[in-house]
Amino acid sequence: MTKKQKRELKRIIVAAVIFFVFMIGENIGLFPFMENSLIRFIIFLIPYYIVGRDVVLGALHGIKERDIFDEEFLMTVATIGAFAVGEYPEAAAVMLFYSVGEWFQSYAVGKSRRSIKELMDIAPEYANLLGEDGLTREVDPSEVKVGDIIMIKPGEKVPVDGEVIDGKSMMDTKAITGESVPRSTKPGDMIISGCINGEGLLKVKVLKKYEDSTVAKILDLVENASSKKSRTEKFITRFARVYTPIVVIGAVILAFVPPVLIYFGVAEGVLPESAAAGGLLEWIRRACTFLVISCPCALVISVPLSFFGGIGAASKAGVLVKGSNYLETLGELKMLVSDKTGTLTKGEFKVSSVMPEENRDEILRLAAYGESFSNHPIAGSVKSAYNKPVDEKLIESSENISGHGIRAVVSGKEILCGNDKLMRENKIEFTPCDNAGTVIYVAEDGKFKGTIIISDAIKEEAKEAVSAMKSAGVRDIIMLTGDRKNVGESVAAELGLTRAYTELLPGDKVGIVEELEGKLNAKEKLGFVGDGINDAPVLARADIGIAMGSMGSDAAIEAADVVIMDDNLMRIPQVIRIARKTLSIAKQNIVFAIGVKIVVLILGALGIANMWAAVFADTGVSFICVLNSMRSLKSK
Amino acid sequence: MKKKFNLEDLDCANCARKMEDAIRKIDGVNDINISFMAQKLTIDADDDRFDEIMKEVVKACKKVEPDCNILM
Repeated sequence: MTKKQKRELKRIIVAAVIFFVFMIGENIGLFPFMENSLIRFIIFLIPYYIVGRDVVLGALHGIKERDIFDEEFLMTVATIGAFAVGEYPEAAAVMLFYSVGEWFQSYAVGKSRRSIKELMDIAPEYANLLGEDGLTREVDPSEVKVGDIIMIKPGEKVPVDGEVIDGKSMMDTKAITGESVPRSTKPGDMIISGCINGEGLLKVKVLKKYEDSTVAKILDLVENASSKKSRTEKFITRFARVYTPIVVIGAVILAFVPPVLIYFGVAEGVLPESAAAGGLLEWIRRACTFLVISCPCALVISVPLSFFGGIGAASKAGVLVKGSNYLETLGELKMLVSDKTGTLTKGEFKVSSVMPEENRDEILRLAAYGESFSNHPIAGSVKSAYNKPVDEKLIESSENISGHGIRAVVSGKEILCGNDKLMRENKIEFTPCDNAGTVIYVAEDGKFKGTIIISDAIKEEAKEAVSAMKSAGVRDIIMLTGDRKNVGESVAAELGLTRAYTELLPGDKVGIVEELEGKLNAKEKLGFVGDGINDAPVLARADIGIAMGSMGSDAAIEAADVVIMDDNLMRIPQVIRIARKTLSIAKQNIVFAIGVKIVVLILGALGIANMWAAVFADTGVSFICVLNSMRSLKSK
Repeated sequence: MKKKFNLEDLDCANCARKMEDAIRKIDGVNDINISFMAQKLTIDADDDRFDEIMKEVVKACKKVEPDCNILM
């Protein structure tokens, strides 16, 4: 509880005790002096003053600032109206009830703020900086510089991103990736800030300043997520702008038009005398009911809160959603386009065979020299299969031919490594290979030398994830790959995908995504999921870009709208479910709040609903909506 | 220049919306966002007049909700 909340609570209790003592006392005839109207007025003015003083002052402030559609002003007018028509207990009770509602609302919001904060409690408090004297001292993480050496003791949070130079441990990455199995960490490994060290003592070289470290980026993203407002939120804001003035004007009309009409109606003999019962006072009383209901707070508070909770729940699962608007889009996802390598498959390429087998060493040597300067994962697997040092001085030139392969000159000889297109273009006779894997043909000085087959395994959870996405409402799952037709199609068939586009050049992907998007109607959304390395244009083009397995990769975090911190495909159906639940909670709140308000407005106009019902329609509904919103935080 | 401030005793979501509207009208403010949940005010305003603008921002917030403080 904040100071303000404690102060308010004390006032409410004191006022409530006074109110109920006199209210009950009067009803059982304990206080005969209350028959005097003035004394009765003063008695009920006391609790009204205790809880209502700030409200009335706020109303006066509102008048001074010419902001009369202010909730406090409306409550003040409504209660003064009740006093004026002689309903003293009602006036005091409405103010009391209103304060209780406001207090509960403030308390519930505070509580949800805290639970969201706890969820994001990944910020490290300090770093143990190792000084030149060999001693460590605790410093603020932002004081640590790149290249500094820090020590991480067992159980401590990793303060900045760095590389382990000494020590072994198990790292709890749950707060960052949502993954509950600890990762083993040894010298040479990268460690990510926000993770919690296990049993070992680690000596770590700092690679990034705190502001550039993963944890700072995540906190920044989540904090700013609520600034990208969803359509639902925008609708509510617009609605709130017009709702209050309309209801207030309605109240004014209700107070004066019907009594005037009835007056003339009776005078002309159209209406019976009894229609005028209650007169002007009765209509002012009904108008006051209107004023109480006119605050849009329940809506304005509960919809953003639902989204905030949904984003919180997603980040708990290791998925960063960069804005409420993206969470909304995820809930409407109908088509998911996926990259293959590194997303559906492990992206760990291994040389599975070399043909002809007897020339294995020679072919691998040529390929390793040829691909020496390439960063492509395929080059890495060739180099690791060769497993001998490459003398880079022998490489005279090396050229990457996009979508084809590599041309290099090594010790005066031209080496070509690549696919069938590369061989055909250079008019090299080769033995085509239909193996389901990535095939690299190797040629030296125009002569075909042999074939290397590299294959990549499908991720264990991929099949389950695909069916989970389908049951979460994604109709089409489509794969894009630069791989050959038979490789791509065998993966697509195994996973049960809708369709696979194969043999694509990197530039083709955007065009296909645009074409697919054209087939969807406006309410159906298209998502693209990739590993974020070469996908930035597609990630940006799709309605929603999802980057995977990108812990620590700045480029992916920046390009995507949704970032999955670990490599697990199951996070996608999970975050879609969270998004759906959040959307439905937000809609429930809208329908409930608007529905109750409209019903009470109608009943109020007919004279059936009294002030009590009106206060419930205002603060009670807010409170229930806040509680309902909190469910989105607990989505799994 | 973009800067972030914490807010204290921001109790009403509708007030946060009104504050946003009021601040947006201040000359020199490029972008403003008040997160009711995070109780944070993020402002992007002209560098050379930043302090001056912030004074107006505080005034605008006080107008809407006298209880709410911007922690600087």
